[in-house]
Amino acid sequence: MAKTDTKAKGLDRHGLTDEQLRQIFRNMLLQRQLDNRGFQLNRQGKVPFALGSEGHEALQAGAAMAFNRGKDILAPYYRDLGLALGIGLTPYEIMLSIFARVDDHNGGRQFPNHYSSKAAGLMSFSSILAAHIPHAVGAAYAQKYRGETGRAVLVTCGDGTTSEGEWHESMNFAAIHKLPLVMLVENNEWAISTPLSKQMANPEIWKRAEGYGMPGKRFNGFDPIETYANVKEALDRARTGGGPTLLEGMCYRFLAHSTDDNDMTYRTKEIVAEARKHDPVPNFQAVLVDSGVMSDADVDAMKKDVLRETNEATDKAEAVPYPQASDLYTNLYEGAWQPWQ
Amino acid sequence: MATKSKTSGSASTLERRGLTDEQLVGILRTMLMHRRLEGRGFELNRQGKIPFASAGEGHEAVQAGAAMAFERGKDILVPYYRDLGLDIGIGLSPLEVLLSLFARVADHSGGRQFPHHYASKKLGLYSISSVLAAQLPHAVGAAYALKYRKETGRAVLATVGDGATSEGEWHESMNFAAIHKLPIVFLCENNEWAISTPLAKQMANPNIYERAEGYGMPGVQINGFDPIACYAAVKEAMDRARTGGGPTFIEAKCYRFLAHTTDDDDRTYRSREEVAERRKQDPVPTFERLLVEHGVLTAEGLEDLKRSVLAEANEATDRAESMPYPAPHDLYTNVYADSYQPWR
Amino acid sequence: MAVTAGSKVLNNVEAVRETLYEAMKSDDRTIILGEDVGARGNVFLITKDFINEFGPERVIDTPIAEASIVGIAVGMAMEGLRPIAEIQFADFIYPAFNQIVGEAAKTRYRSNGEYTCPLVIRTPYGGGVRGALSHSVSIEALFYHVPGLKIVAPAFPADVKGLLNAAIDDPDPVLFLEHKKTYRLIKGEVPEGHYTIPIGKANVIKEGRQLTVVSYGLYVHWALEAANQLENEGMSVEVIDLRSIRPMDRTTILNSVEKTRKLLIIHEDNKFGGIGAEISAMVAEEALFSLDAPIRRLAAPDVPAMGYAEPLEHEYMSSPAQMADAMRELVKF
Repeated sequence: MAKTDTKAKGLDRHGLTDEQLRQIFRNMLLQRQLDNRGFQLNRQGKVPFALGSEGHEALQAGAAMAFNRGKDILAPYYRDLGLALGIGLTPYEIMLSIFARVDDHNGGRQFPNHYSSKAAGLMSFSSILAAHIPHAVGAAYAQKYRGETGRAVLVTCGDGTTSEGEWHESMNFAAIHKLPLVMLVENNEWAISTPLSKQMANPEIWKRAEGYGMPGKRFNGFDPIETYANVKEALDRARTGGGPTLLEGMCYRFLAHSTDDNDMTYRTKEIVAEARKHDPVPNFQAVLVDSGVMSDADVDAMKKDVLRETNEATDKAEAVPYPQASDLYTNLYEGAWQPWQ
Repeated sequence: MATKSKTSGSASTLERRGLTDEQLVGILRTMLMHRRLEGRGFELNRQGKIPFASAGEGHEAVQAGAAMAFERGKDILVPYYRDLGLDIGIGLSPLEVLLSLFARVADHSGGRQFPHHYASKKLGLYSISSVLAAQLPHAVGAAYALKYRKETGRAVLATVGDGATSEGEWHESMNFAAIHKLPIVFLCENNEWAISTPLAKQMANPNIYERAEGYGMPGVQINGFDPIACYAAVKEAMDRARTGGGPTFIEAKCYRFLAHTTDDDDRTYRSREEVAERRKQDPVPTFERLLVEHGVLTAEGLEDLKRSVLAEANEATDRAESMPYPAPHDLYTNVYADSYQPWR
Repeated sequence: MAVTAGSKVLNNVEAVRETLYEAMKSDDRTIILGEDVGARGNVFLITKDFINEFGPERVIDTPIAEASIVGIAVGMAMEGLRPIAEIQFADFIYPAFNQIVGEAAKTRYRSNGEYTCPLVIRTPYGGGVRGALSHSVSIEALFYHVPGLKIVAPAFPADVKGLLNAAIDDPDPVLFLEHKKTYRLIKGEVPEGHYTIPIGKANVIKEGRQLTVVSYGLYVHWALEAANQLENEGMSVEVIDLRSIRPMDRTTILNSVEKTRKLLIIHEDNKFGGIGAEISAMVAEEALFSLDAPIRRLAAPDVPAMGYAEPLEHEYMSSPAQMADAMRELVKF
């Protein structure tokens, strides 16, 4: 499927209000600003590691808009900054994670971008690809078991993760039990250095859905509204007993995998530049301006505000102390516990 | 890409698919021997002579048919533990089967493995564990070796039950085989039961072959009670694999007539009526009738065949039983290649 | 550094790279497979450009599927190839646990020698690199319980080459552990050409009279630093680099302990059930009455992993100063 520009198709709102459209755009701007901030801090020697989701902004902001806060559960992977923001995490929480400070949700234990927040319905996960997908299935089973209609689990992964055995096992189980789950694959065509053609013979991941006995659909993940509409439809089906859906949102990874990766060792500038032509952030900006949802002045004001918020979050998080050495020993088991010495 | 084959072997017609009379009788003999040896395992268990046996009654046709498509001395078979018919079909002798049941020292594994976990390097029969789907990556690795060494004319036949298709390694193996267009045929013997778990609890879409398209390989569903249809489907897929055409997934629909093993009581989870109903399609008498009705075999010839199968099974039983167990010190060999000093 | 004729100075990453390169050059049965080993040339650039020289059939960028990376390598090995499977980080090895423990380690045994599994699984492990919970772990204790498997964890570039060659030549599966903090930190002379160091032989890297220290991996270097410091204080400490974890060189350990009469085991992996537990038990069984002091272990605290934040990593790991303290205490006991 071609990744078409939203602009070219005019504005089909799919029920989104002006305010929601602006929220989606603000999320996209914030994602990009925070991603860049992580890379900047790394270059300044202030943090040892950062990774970015540039190219995933539209997909994540659109999907997050379909998430019902306080009801749904998000089981993300480590390239889901925009989803985390979109369901309620603050830039300050993001910066606490990047700086590994004591007030971070996991107390500075996890790698950056491995957010979790019980209050936000954001499940904790590790760096092991696909390992979180069975957890999402288990959470969906719990919702179904307790008869909690109106709730669903949104679980995400990259294209590479669909090769893991646990991905398959999870899809199969979700289908058998008709669980309230949406499996959203953010297909950015690259798994670190491995292109899609070495990841799978049939590049249409959504087509696997039929084999499992669930609906499958592919959509343009550079279009936040199309993403919203598809994720909303699937989540609504899940929330009302209609079972799971496999969605494949087509996007692209504009940056290297992380600050430790140099993508020019395995792909050319030209390929990336070509994909950049469809950059969803300026495209969606143009859509909103062209359709009168925002003026140029509104856009500028929003960008300034996003920068201000990012700067404030950075300064505030940097000022927070690290965890203490004694914090290494907490939360291994419930209650008082004496480590083996 | 996914296709369903029509049934080719009914009592009224005989579509040979290129099989000679001798091959057809060979298939029937494998089926009879399969049933006989498995029956023997259950008998020996009830007599208290062996602690365990399992059986693939209902799998005779698919296995004997598939084995006929296997080229001895060239192809590789990576089976699972319910593949007695395939194993004897590619050349394992009844004696070797009984040595496994009795866990004797002359068994290929030296009496280490559970019954029906055969291996024979000479036959191209890979060693397997009891962990489901764990053998599939090995089959893929072997197929990769064949392709890498440009050994066209060779292929790997890898089998699983329906339950094992739920394992992550099944998925990983299908995916890798498709990416590299490997010379491998995945044969799923769908008998509808994984111990006590019916297909409906194993997967939402019971047509497993429909998954093949998602991986980018052909998927075929066949009647696993029809040995000729199984032969034809496996032959076509193996031929494609042998000539650089890449992998195929075949789903053969059959049924497990007996309990999972001698340790299982299937009355706890399925009705006698269901089993009796499916027994009506029992592939062994069906294929016997087919060959007799079409003159491939006379009624007398069939009786001779059954007698010779029984005689061979009896002889193998007696011979295997008379052989010694491994010695206690055999526990320590073949941990590593060199003489190994166990930590003590 | 003066370089001996016929040698050159390499760091550990270069030693791995050179050994793999020579293995690929000398034997076309050698296949490298793993995540990002091809175009990217492995995340630490160990196999950079291999794919260009040896082709994508021999340098396989696999899908992200660790169970099958090892499992496919098992099948390749059973079919006569010499696969070298890479798990990108040791932390990602858990999905492959069954293929390593249940399959590779048992292939020879379960077929009574008919099928074998000459396979190398390489993986970078260990901390001190701000790798957090999922890029820092030590995995050796999870696997050293398993007969049929060999486990190697060299510390020095020359040992990396000699032991990796031995692992590649070995007829059985070898788990080859590379401490990622030593990758560029540790340099040393490496002989040219093909040579092997036997798997299962420890190395006395510093002789001493008053205390035996057994370690492996990164901590060998820190233990050596501490022992040298004690030397200046007039204390004589013997340092053994275990190099191989399974099989384990009981002879070298026992000979040393019988000489020094004191034993300190240092490792980065958790203390509970760690390698030190087996060494302690073995020495207690074999040489209890040679000991003049209780056996001591300095190892990671009983928590799942080191955290990302710097203080959490520091608290988890033992420093050369802590090692020196433990040595001093035991020498003076």
